Amino acid sequence: MTRDTARMGPLATAPGTPATAAALDIDALITDPTTHILVCCGSGGVGKTTTSAALALRAAELGRKVVVLTIDPARRLAQSMGIEQLDNTPRPVPGVDGSGSLDAMMLDMKSTFDEVVLAQAGPEKAKAILENPFYIALSSSFAGTQEYMAMEKLGQLHRDSQEQGTWDLIVVDTPPSRNALDFLDAPERLSSFLDGRFIRLLLAPAKGPARVMGAGFSLVVNALTKIIGAQVLTDLKMFVTAFDTLFGGFRQRAQQTYALLQHRGTAFLVVAAPEPDALREAAYFVERLTGDRMPLAGLVVNRASPMPTGDLSADAAMAAAEKLRAGQPGDVSELTAGLLRLHADRVRIVERERVLRSRFASAHPGVATAVVPALASDVHDLDGLRRVGQLLADQ
Amino acid sequence: MTPTTLLRTMDTASARTANLERVSKTDWPRVRLHVVTGKGGTGKSTVAAALALALASTGKRVLLCEVEGRQGIAQLFDVPPLPYEERRIAAGLPSPDGGQPGEVHALHIDAESAFLEYLSMYYKLGRAGKALDRFGVIEFATTIAPGVRDVLLTGKVFEAAKTQRRKGTSSKDRLGYDAIVLDAPPTGRITQFLNVNGELAGLAKVGPVKAQADTVMTLFRSPQTAVHLVTVLEEMPVQETADGIAELHAADLPVGGVIVNLVRPRDLDAEDLTAITDDTVDHAAIATELASAGVTPGAGLVSGLLAEARDHAERRALEDSQRALVNEMGTKVYELGRIAGGLDLGALYELAGSLREQGLA
Ligand SMILES: Nc1ncnc2c1ncn2[C@@H]1O[C@H](COP(=O)(O)OP(=O)(O)O)[C@@H](O)[C@H]1O
Ligand SMILES: Nc1ncnc2c1ncn2[C@@H]1O[C@H](COP(=O)(O)OP(=O)(O)O)[C@@H](O)[C@H]1O
Ligand SMILES: [Mg+2]
Ligand SMILES: [Mg+2]
Repeated sequence: MTRDTARMGPLATAPGTPATAAALDIDALITDPTTHILVCCGSGGVGKTTTSAALALRAAELGRKVVVLTIDPARRLAQSMGIEQLDNTPRPVPGVDGSGSLDAMMLDMKSTFDEVVLAQAGPEKAKAILENPFYIALSSSFAGTQEYMAMEKLGQLHRDSQEQGTWDLIVVDTPPSRNALDFLDAPERLSSFLDGRFIRLLLAPAKGPARVMGAGFSLVVNALTKIIGAQVLTDLKMFVTAFDTLFGGFRQRAQQTYALLQHRGTAFLVVAAPEPDALREAAYFVERLTGDRMPLAGLVVNRASPMPTGDLSADAAMAAAEKLRAGQPGDVSELTAGLLRLHADRVRIVERERVLRSRFASAHPGVATAVVPALASDVHDLDGLRRVGQLLADQ
Repeated sequence: MTPTTLLRTMDTASARTANLERVSKTDWPRVRLHVVTGKGGTGKSTVAAALALALASTGKRVLLCEVEGRQGIAQLFDVPPLPYEERRIAAGLPSPDGGQPGEVHALHIDAESAFLEYLSMYYKLGRAGKALDRFGVIEFATTIAPGVRDVLLTGKVFEAAKTQRRKGTSSKDRLGYDAIVLDAPPTGRITQFLNVNGELAGLAKVGPVKAQADTVMTLFRSPQTAVHLVTVLEEMPVQETADGIAELHAADLPVGGVIVNLVRPRDLDAEDLTAITDDTVDHAAIATELASAGVTPGAGLVSGLLAEARDHAERRALEDSQRALVNEMGTKVYELGRIAGGLDLGALYELAGSLREQGLA
């Protein structure tokens, strides 16, 4: 249609043919023995969990010892992988073929947090922390906690795999963050908070006379008291004081995990749907990962519309459908018109997706890409995952 | 402003709505705050924008707010990134009677600005405000402190509901907004987001924060608020919608309608679809029809078209089974078709028209 043609204008006049990205070689990546961590990131709903699970399964069936950390998997998928119970430990996935192995788990952010507290603090202190209202809010409902905990869990899995040799590949799914990059920022944020003056302010009563904090201190305390009330401030101080000894460990582990992500044994895959928003977000990821010197392996464009057959254009199909509608009515004629409209619809969508991908490729040349077509139904069992894995590999 | 005055303000506005639109058949005549949630990627922002356009009929002023920091509104309306300030961004969807359309204003809410504004509004802090910043309190409050971010964001939505009215000097400004549409966080977080004032009020047992939180909760729980859920006809989003509705009910938050978005075209009827799936259609007859319409059916065209249609039939069957689940959720259901060429401003008005026709606006 004219609207589409007009939109394609700028690209059509760009020098040379529209940019196409290099194909991403998934099998080379997942069978490379030096690949130890694979992180799938991208905006919500694009297929991060599906891609993570499909890659993990494929890697296992190609002989690797894999563990996959999933976040919010679809219920039926979780059931078929045997991870629907939230016990926060990896379990063997039944029905995996080949010489490798696949363990899977679903992240439970609150128990991950609780476990860290229990492991790091003495029983009495742990109890005080676990019961503190601020801790409860922080561990169960704070928007960034899932990101911190995904990083904690990744660190734990990595340590386990190093100590016990249980796994040689960890595949990590990432939370559907408010901000796509929250999980990268988590360690940084925690550190800046720990190093900040605010925490010293909160710890002040336990650590010495207020005046060492310098000018502004009492102003701040007064302001805070005014805003949140003295009681809340007291609760908060109690929480921070109780938590004080744990902070250091959190920071240290967060920094270790961050370094681990930068290590060359790690590979990031950015997952996107062929939609403007998802690709825009994917572009942020690519830029940010590059900026943070994180090893980017490539882009997965998931749920692409399947290619139409033949070379009948959308306009020609629509024109023919109109002609049929205007002519003799009849069952076959209606059916044929319907088929033509369906075809036109598909051609338009595929065309639009191609333009979007090619824009991305022009802006980010050098990002290897795998395009995975949308399956006709949801992916909810190992066979579905195998199909997605195969499609990822067939580029 | 106290809860009662705000609610009174809102009553006046809805009374006005009722007078102006006696003829219209909106399913939500009492609702003034439309919260639009949905699983990410299902079209939450698109539906929120279309709903704002649809609500902005003759003489109406509608405010469209976003709180997720993505500048989605600016992108949808093809305008530069929005500041922390209300802006007129579009004319509403014209009414069928041909009267002047209303106005859609937009507001991009970010937690940091909301915090600073909140501080200067409620506590003439002066130097202390700067000190708070130096001490990292602002950063703490907006990124780390549990729930505070959401309190600030919801608080500003609440403020937006009355600011114009209070500050307004021209007669137009004094009208305030007839409706507010919030492009809200996704289904998985919506109850926590809207209820955060309830949670905070639980933490802070006395004091100004508690008073503020209580006020906001009163509005969110009132019949002037409706939380609409956007979904697509796929298993996960539909499941999330059902869970979301249950959570909203449990938190006493008012559930609005379910908007089923991105519905595939329905060019083929059930009978055709069955015939296609069972492969009982007459290939030669189709080839003849194609030829009569001027398409030379080259090798494989007919079977190619039928293969595409089989794929489509499978998707449609899946859609139908999910639609059945949506229809059992006990809410009003609205449907929006998928626009093949992608969304532009024109398409947004089309969607708005469809929502108005179906009675969401
Ligand atoms: N290639 C695909 N074809 C068909 N459905 C898919 C495909 N990839 C993902 N899905 C479906 O999309 C939904 C969302 O996928 P999921 O992996 O859970 O996304 P995310 O983890 O990014 O939120 C699931 O129902 C999944 O089965
Ligand atoms: N009815 C529709 N027809 C065609 N495209 C749509 C429709 N609704 C949404 N989209 C597209 O789907 C994508 C996701 O929509 P958006 O409103 O940004 O979702 P959300 O805010 O839920 O993440 C966008 O690219 C948007 O243009
Ligand atoms: Mg997921
Ligand atoms: Mg959005």
